[in-house]
Amino acid sequence: MKARAFDYVRPATVAEALAAFAEAGGDASYIAGGQSLVPALALRLQAPERLIDIAHIPDLRGIDLREGWLRLGALTRHAEAHDHPLIAAHAPLLALAAPHVAHPAIRNRGTLGGSVALADPASEFPAMMLAMEAQMEIAGPQGTRRVPANAFFQDLYQTALEPGELLVALHIPAAGPQHRCAFDEFARRRGDYALVGCGVMLTAPAREVESARIAFFSVGPTPVRAQAAEAALIGRRLDSEVIRLAQAALSQDLDPPDDEQVPAAMRLHLARVLIGRLLGRIAEGL
Amino acid sequence: MPVAITLTVNGETLTRLVEPRETLADFLRRDLELTGTHTGCEMGVCGACLVMLDGLPAHACLMFAVQADGARVETVEGLTENAALADLQRAFHERNALQCGFCTPGMLIAAQGLLARKAMPSREEIRDALSGNYCRCTGYEAIIDAIETVAQGRAAGEAALRFAEEPA
Repeated sequence: MKARAFDYVRPATVAEALAAFAEAGGDASYIAGGQSLVPALALRLQAPERLIDIAHIPDLRGIDLREGWLRLGALTRHAEAHDHPLIAAHAPLLALAAPHVAHPAIRNRGTLGGSVALADPASEFPAMMLAMEAQMEIAGPQGTRRVPANAFFQDLYQTALEPGELLVALHIPAAGPQHRCAFDEFARRRGDYALVGCGVMLTAPAREVESARIAFFSVGPTPVRAQAAEAALIGRRLDSEVIRLAQAALSQDLDPPDDEQVPAAMRLHLARVLIGRLLGRIAEGL
Repeated sequence: MPVAITLTVNGETLTRLVEPRETLADFLRRDLELTGTHTGCEMGVCGACLVMLDGLPAHACLMFAVQADGARVETVEGLTENAALADLQRAFHERNALQCGFCTPGMLIAAQGLLARKAMPSREEIRDALSGNYCRCTGYEAIIDAIETVAQGRAAGEAALRFAEEPA
């Protein structure tokens, strides 16, 4: 239960971090909060030659609102997602999801960038990036690029990040008071990985749904947008009949895997219960 | 290759050479002989290794000592010495909120972190705050009772203090 020996470097800039990775011939890992990486090293699931500590790079920090976009530095901690006023106002799904992510002490150290880059299929923040149509700012040897969430999460723990590339920031279209959001998940115990989880973000002036974005997690190898359920809502009054249509549409959106703990049919059932509750919650507040 | 780090532990600033693979928990226990920080699962599940890192609870098993360079660390020993935990420790004792005591340092630090964030948490909130701390002896009820008692005590103490400070 101890990590294999490694070489430790602490770059001060993104350019230095990328160079440190290249110098190690690719046998390196970036570490920020380390709340998933350190156990993986202790269990020797990973054993890189070099650990590159990016926690002290100023360009990876900061929470700013600029021209309708909320920029969250990759080092933004889960606890900040919980408490920060700009996140509460403009990315409320993150604030709603944060209390469900692991436990308080983990949230003090874990970073949003780390969670998104790891892309655990059972984790909350990647799915919320999908629901918010966020864009990931990635730095690499070729320069910087932005990748939308729907192209970022590609497969099980697999993202658009190429080896050695660094997630710099999350750019989120700023939500406003017209956006209604709800989040919840089913987990066996608080802080456990969710059996099924979901975030919903919609606009419904005069109770009629104008736009809807629904993202599920823990339903397959990547987070999933529920587009058929979204389509069932758009242009309709958000009432119990329409909510039932969205619940029914989920069989087109989700194809959860069968496992010993949770059969596929049970996961789909839980997803339907969850979306019903979340839409009901939003409808009550309209 | 060992790396030199400088950090403040329980109010004392130290410089030490550490192997990068050494966790903060092992550094505290082996290098500094502060064995009140317990190592249970060593993978962030049991909560026995919680310490205050720059004033917030963190798992000492989920970071390497090199990452704590420049940080301020407080362990159960330091928080005992400066009496920050005295009322929690008394309440745990009085309410029998420990048996073997293995989880207690982590429980105390989780409780301290919670009460700093929220002065009067509900029992549900206390339970939630302890969701990452395992106790295999007590069944948790006594621990929740003890923390609730301290929250009330601290709130009453502050009220008494405010009353005392008001002009006659």
